[in-house]
Formats: sequence, structure tokens, C-alpha cells
Amino acid sequence: MALLRITSPHTQRAGRRTSWVMLMVILATIPGIAVQSWLFGWGTLINLAIAAITALLSEAAVLTMRRRSVAFYLKDYSALLTAVLLGIALPPSVPWWVTVTAVAFAVIFAKQLYGGLGNNPFNPAMVGYAIVLVSFPVPMTQWVGASDMVSSGSMLSLSQSLQAIFHHLPSIDSYTMATPLDGFKHKDSLSSTAAFNSIASLKGANLNSWLFINGAYLLGGLILLALRIITWHTPVAVLSSLSVISGVFYLIDPNHAATPWFHLTTGAAMFGAFFIATDPVTSCTSNRGKLVYGTGIGILIYVIRTWGGYPDGIAFGVLLMNFAAPLIDYYTQPRTYGHKKAKKGLTIKEDN
Amino acid sequence: MSADEQILTSDATPNNKASANYTEIIYNGLWKNNPALVQLLGLCPMLAVTSTVVNALGLGLATTAVLMGSNMAVSLIRNYVADAVRLPAFVMIIASFTTCIQMIMQAYTYELYQILGIFIPLIVTNCVILGRADSFASRNPVLPSILDGMMMGLGFTSILIVLGGMRELIGQGTLFSDMQLLFGSSAAHWKIVVFHDYPNVLFALLPPGAFIGLGILIAMKNYLDESQKKRLAEQKPTQGSATSKRVRVTGQAAS
Repeated sequence: MALLRITSPHTQRAGRRTSWVMLMVILATIPGIAVQSWLFGWGTLINLAIAAITALLSEAAVLTMRRRSVAFYLKDYSALLTAVLLGIALPPSVPWWVTVTAVAFAVIFAKQLYGGLGNNPFNPAMVGYAIVLVSFPVPMTQWVGASDMVSSGSMLSLSQSLQAIFHHLPSIDSYTMATPLDGFKHKDSLSSTAAFNSIASLKGANLNSWLFINGAYLLGGLILLALRIITWHTPVAVLSSLSVISGVFYLIDPNHAATPWFHLTTGAAMFGAFFIATDPVTSCTSNRGKLVYGTGIGILIYVIRTWGGYPDGIAFGVLLMNFAAPLIDYYTQPRTYGHKKAKKGLTIKEDN
Repeated sequence: MSADEQILTSDATPNNKASANYTEIIYNGLWKNNPALVQLLGLCPMLAVTSTVVNALGLGLATTAVLMGSNMAVSLIRNYVADAVRLPAFVMIIASFTTCIQMIMQAYTYELYQILGIFIPLIVTNCVILGRADSFASRNPVLPSILDGMMMGLGFTSILIVLGGMRELIGQGTLFSDMQLLFGSSAAHWKIVVFHDYPNVLFALLPPGAFIGLGILIAMKNYLDESQKKRLAEQKPTQGSATSKRVRVTGQAAS
């Protein structure tokens, strides 16, 4: 009798390699990328191209320095996935050097210096995003507006996008506007209803464009769920805790807090919940741990959006919970069949 | 009498092999036991004020001066202070030197004094100074102690300057800006604009950038040490085989 001897983890089915998983995640972002390009022009696609080239070059450079097989590690598409996530997250009109800095930092510092794929404690894409957000606040907070609402009344053409990214577009201000989150953050003393009536970035067309984008990423996330690449725990925990905490504050003070619907359909809520928070390396591994981890991210997103210094809080929320992931995993170890309940810590005498 | 004898004897022992000892002190301070790269002492001022070369140089020189003075004073009193109260005595000495330096900086480099702010009084708490006072100056005669203080201070200052230069270059695209704060108005044109039209990289100017910069410097030092060790290890066997072939030599073979 031929017994198959396979080492754990026993999750690899035929074809379920790292490269397949990474490739599927990349493909699942296509609906979102398509909607983003339809609404905001060519910028996202150009960013993606720059990011992909930078990621592959910097990964190859570090692998050569570390004397690892370049082709083997490039073929697992993990660097490409980091590049895709960053290309989506960065504003469509951001200068090329911002993209290059973010991606190079993500691949070299956040991933390879820790030992490459599987050893990085922080989500590389979000580290790169946080670095450029802290370093270059001006280009990072300029987001292209919905085309029929910006003062120029049109979308950036391909040549204008190229000019904005690679050189300098003097008329860029007439194509950009505040994102809904940014607009809501700076409504100051206006009540919510007054803000939604008077502030341009909070009007229907702009809200709708962000609704479409979030819907597209929700679709991509559902594809990942259907392919069983991610489990439902993290995204459901992120989205439900975000809606619960925003719902509570909305009930307490409807005049100044935004509705849960607003929080779920603006910014990077869906993208963050399905594509960023579910990173298998940096998130929790146990299912209960994923619930705690996702809940923490959802609460942090609301806290940063409402009281923090930045309009959106996905990046910092995910990075902060990445810190906590090993601790959460420690306390949420599932019980192995036939064994006693897992240790819960603080049993100093028996701790060995 | 007995105290004098002790000083004489303790002076006498290092004098026998003084030159070797002094080179060792210099090598220890500047490289092998560098306070910033190896002992990782004084991180707080190091990470907080090294955003430009001039800040780094100002704080480095102030620390060096305090370190030399405190090492000298601690070495002078080392035989007259009981062991139990030595730390309070050291701290008093360090605090007085720090106050002197603070007043000197307030008098002559007022703007730099304002920029460095709380980090000048905080030199008192810099572990490099108390560490050297306790581990070196309280056990060694005056001259080696002063030299040790100077070399440790210079080692600290040089890393501060390199880190400040890195952060200034990446953060602002310039080098040696605002040197007039330390060297008078003739140094105003020392500023080198390396990159024109440079967008300020705030990250490098903030403390997280200093952490990463220091990490890179430590990695570079470890890499240099490793490669030197490897080179020495490679040299040894080749020399050994070369000498073993030449069996008949007169006197010692040059190896």
C-alpha cells in the first residue's frame, strides 16, 4: 500500500501554490481597478505599471544581495501583489517618485529585510503607504474627483495623467477634490445634514463614485471568499465592528457623526477589509483570532477617521493590529482534539 | 600616604605598556566599543536631534566636552569617594559639567541652544557618560580617563554626524545647512544643496527615520567587522601552509 507522506500544513491541494493564491488575489482586484479607472482616469493603471516594475526590480536586487534564487521568488507573485495593492491605494495623480518610494520601501524594508515572504510582521503594502503618507502629505491627499464635479468638468486624459505623474501638471487642481472622508472630516461645526448639502465632496456624484469602487472591491472580495483563499472571519469582523461603532456614535449624535453606510461605502473600507486585512502572513491564523483582529481594525478605522489626523485609517489600523496579531494568536489557540484546553497565559508556575 | 602610593602604583601599571593601552582606548572608543553603534547608549538624544548635521555636531561636541570633564573629575576623586556613594557623586559631577556646557552654549551659540532645547540638560542622563565614569574613569588614572572620554565622545559625535548627514540629505536634500549657528556667520555659505527642487521627505526628519538610519549604520558596521574577520580567517591558513613548507629558516620567518 502506497502511503502518501506529506508534511503539515495539509492545505495544499493540487495547484494551490503560493503563486496561485497571489495570482488569484491580483486577479480579484480587477473589478475594482476597472471601476477606479473608469471613474478617475488612467492614473491608477499608470501607477500599477510603475509599481510593478519597481517591485520586481527591488525584489530582484535584494534577492541577489541575499544570494537567493531570484527567479524562484519572483515567480510567487508576492512582490507583484504588494505592487498591485499599493498601485490601487495611492492617489491616481501622485508623482512617480512617490510610487517608487512606497513600493521600494515596502519590498526592501518591510518584507526582505525581515527575511522575505512569510517572515514580515507588518503588511508590506501598508508600510509603504504609511511611509509616503507621512513623508509627502500634499501629493498623497490630492485625489482626483468625480469627473462631472471637478472645476474642469472632465477626466484627466491619458497624456494629462502621464504629465501629472512624470512631470508636472499645473492645472491639476482643477481635476482634484477632497474625498468624501476628507470633506466630512473638515466640515468643522456644520451639522451632518448641512454638510451633505453644502460641501461639494459630500454630494451625490462623488459619494456614488466611492460607492461603486467599494462595491467593486466587495465583488472581488466575494470571489476570494468563493475560491476559499480567505475566510469570512476577518472581513466580516472589520466591516461589522466598523458599522457597529459608527452606528453607536450615529445614534448618540446624529448631527455630527456619519452613518454606518457612509463609513462602509467611502474610502478604502471594502478594499481594506477584503484585500489588506486578510493578508495571511501578517494577520491572525486562528479563526477566533481573526475575529478579534478584524474587530480591532474596524474600531481603529473609525477612531482614526473620526478623531485622528488623517482622513482614512485603514493603513494605520492594519499596522497597529499587525503588532497585536501574535499576542491575539497566543490567546486564541484552538483546542486540539483529545487535548486539554489551550493555555490562557498567566499560569506562571506551569509555564514551560 | 597610602592613597598617594595607590595612585603611584596604579599610575605605574599602565605606564609600563602605555602606548598599547592608549591605542586600545582610541580603538575602543572610535570603533570596537563605539557608544552609539555597539553599546547603543544615549539613544534618546541621538534619535531626537540628529535631523541635521549642525544639530548633531552641536550635541555631539557638548556631550564630548561633558564626557571628558566628568571622566577627568571622576578619575581625580576615585580614591576618595566611598563605593556606596559613588553614583551620587558622579551624577553631581556630570550635572555640574552639563550646566557649564549649557551656559556656554547659551552664551555663544544661542540659536543652536534654543534648537537643541531640552536635550542639552538631558546630557546629564546620557548613559554613555555615567557608564564611562563608572566603568572606566573610576578605575583608571587621569590621563587615560580623559583620553577615553574624548574618544568615546568622538565616536558618539562621529556617528551622530553621519546619521545627521544621512537624514539631512534624505530629508531636505541639503548638507551642512545652518552651520553658522555653530561656526559664526562665515559658515553660512557652507550649505551644499545636493538635490534641487527636492520635496522634503518628512519621514527621514522624524524619529522613525532616525531608527531606520541607525539600523542601517549598525548593519554596515557589522558587515565590515564580519568581512574583516573572514579576511583574517582566510589569510591564516594560507600563511600557515606557506611557512610549513619552508622548514629550514634562520630565526623567525617573516609572517
